[in-house]
Amino acid sequence: MQQADERRVDDAIAQDGVAIRVRGLRNSFGDQVVHEKLDLDVRKGEILGVVGGSGTGKSVLMRSIIGLQTPDEGDVCVFGEAMVGRLDDEALAVRKRWGVLFQGGALFSTLTVAENVEVPIREYYPNIGPKLREEIAAYKIRMTGLPAEAGPKYPAELSGGMRKRAGLARALALDPDLLFLDEPTAGLDPIGAAAFDDQTRKLQQTLGLTVFLITHDLDTLYSICDRVAVLADKKVIAVGTIEELLALDHPWIQEYFNGPRGRAATAAVEREKNKVASASPEGRQ
Amino acid sequence: MNKAAELTEEQRDGGTVIRLSGNLAIACLHDLPARLDAVQGPINAVDVSQVDHIDTIGAWTVHSAAKRLNAPITGANEDAKRLIEAVGTLDEPFSLRPDKVSPLTRVVGQIGDAVISAGTTLMGLLGFFGASLVAAWGLIRHPSRFRVNAVVQRFEVVGVSALGIIGLMSFLIGIVIAQQGSVQLRQFGMEMLTINLVGRLTFRELGVLMTAIMVAGRSGSAFAAQLGTMKLTEEIDAMRTIGVSPMEALVMPRTLAVVVMMPLLGFYASIVAVIGGGFLCAVALDIPPITFVQRLREVVPITDLWVGLIKAPVFGIIIALSGCYQGMQVKANAEEVGLRTTAAVVQAIFLVIVIDAFFAVFFTWVGWN
Repeated sequence: MQQADERRVDDAIAQDGVAIRVRGLRNSFGDQVVHEKLDLDVRKGEILGVVGGSGTGKSVLMRSIIGLQTPDEGDVCVFGEAMVGRLDDEALAVRKRWGVLFQGGALFSTLTVAENVEVPIREYYPNIGPKLREEIAAYKIRMTGLPAEAGPKYPAELSGGMRKRAGLARALALDPDLLFLDEPTAGLDPIGAAAFDDQTRKLQQTLGLTVFLITHDLDTLYSICDRVAVLADKKVIAVGTIEELLALDHPWIQEYFNGPRGRAATAAVEREKNKVASASPEGRQ
Repeated sequence: MNKAAELTEEQRDGGTVIRLSGNLAIACLHDLPARLDAVQGPINAVDVSQVDHIDTIGAWTVHSAAKRLNAPITGANEDAKRLIEAVGTLDEPFSLRPDKVSPLTRVVGQIGDAVISAGTTLMGLLGFFGASLVAAWGLIRHPSRFRVNAVVQRFEVVGVSALGIIGLMSFLIGIVIAQQGSVQLRQFGMEMLTINLVGRLTFRELGVLMTAIMVAGRSGSAFAAQLGTMKLTEEIDAMRTIGVSPMEALVMPRTLAVVVMMPLLGFYASIVAVIGGGFLCAVALDIPPITFVQRLREVVPITDLWVGLIKAPVFGIIIALSGCYQGMQVKANAEEVGLRTTAAVVQAIFLVIVIDAFFAVFFTWVGWN
């Protein structure tokens, strides 16, 4: 009990600069324990990549943070507000400040893309008139790189990649400070995935977002993540930049980043760097 | 930080300047967009130097107002400038609504669509019936492909689990018929005829008909929802690619289960309804059960039982096929699963009653009355 109190004091001191603070999280399904004493901080304004093998509870961690899953134990603070055990209609001030992109987009299938984007605005800000709401929906849709014709379409008429972009547009509808992305590039072709990464980076810079990004995509990790958190053994075993993680001597991390795919992604990043380095002197001449 | 957005008009350098201040984020905008819309030109500039905080929605509001009034935006700090520029590049004409059509065209179009969909449904159901016959023939030729476990499992879901509710419903129906009948027949002093009424009505018509309605509601709807969801999650496509015919694996067991269970449930329902009627006769009309049974044997011909039992499997086929057919028609979204489920039940009950009318005429024609 005393420990818990101390932890709260710690939280109060170090609240600045931290968007999400998870302490002592425990999740279990029946006998199967997914998380045990899991701690994680997400700093404001960073893109934090979350990686881990299948079944290590990446999505469960996200669901615990956004309150879709009530943990057995532990505290979750988002912008300094405790989120564990809050009902769906509580802590609205925090809920308005985050946007969530689910794996399949999770668009409301009976509404058009534009109506999907309008839902959060309509729900939280009824004072915004229909005309402005439509304009907002239109520029949000274009912001995510969808063509304007996508607005009146239904989710079933869109491809997987377009559905993800539409889901992103809905997640961005309220100009959130915090964005949760659950495997945003899974199932996209490499070109589409790279474009999506680009878009995410650009949006993060323009809007000053904090991004919690679950991914299996090594290219995404290398190209846009500021820090990477590794989930294994029921907790976050390491958080840091990829260089920092590579310096660690954990078999799973080594396997993950130094496996064939990891090496390919590293090589690609190196090539990019070299290209920039070799191109710039010529540019100056 | 949470100061509401404010708008003031100022005279400066011989022209009007709109000065925005406070927090221009969505939570603090309140009626600012409406007030900006109400501003009439000419305006020299939109000044945002007093704005503490701005998000893209605020930036959009400023951008569209400045564009409408054809005035430059001044005093923007770095944040504001970046956001206003960002939304400015996204400002293109758009249409978020499907094109409007005139009411006349719409009504005519809807009537046409309804006719076409009724026709295609009927044809589809007929085609589905044909496909199920082909599948059944396939199973007869290759009995090893027959899925015994699936069928037995359906027996339980369709038949055994329904015993409670169908029994209760039939018992009450029996009581209601006997009670209402006796009230009318008492006026002629022929209360004994209540037994004829209960016996003949339940065995010929009500036992099987009420069972069909209950099975359509319980199992037909479940079939449509199950298959519809499997269609949405691409389970049925996966099945096809593995070489398993959904007709054989999904539709046949369900159809067979309903076809076998309907006569059993119908018979059970008739018996329970007769017991209900007998119960009321004993309690309210002072007809002892022994007399009731004796009289029943005299007035209810065995053909009444055959009438009920012949109709039952036919009703079963209709219920199972319309449930499975509607389920297999699900395409786009979750809402359609609901619509198709409703359609399956309505269609099944409607067709059961239509066929029942044909049967009534037919059995009278062959002399089983």
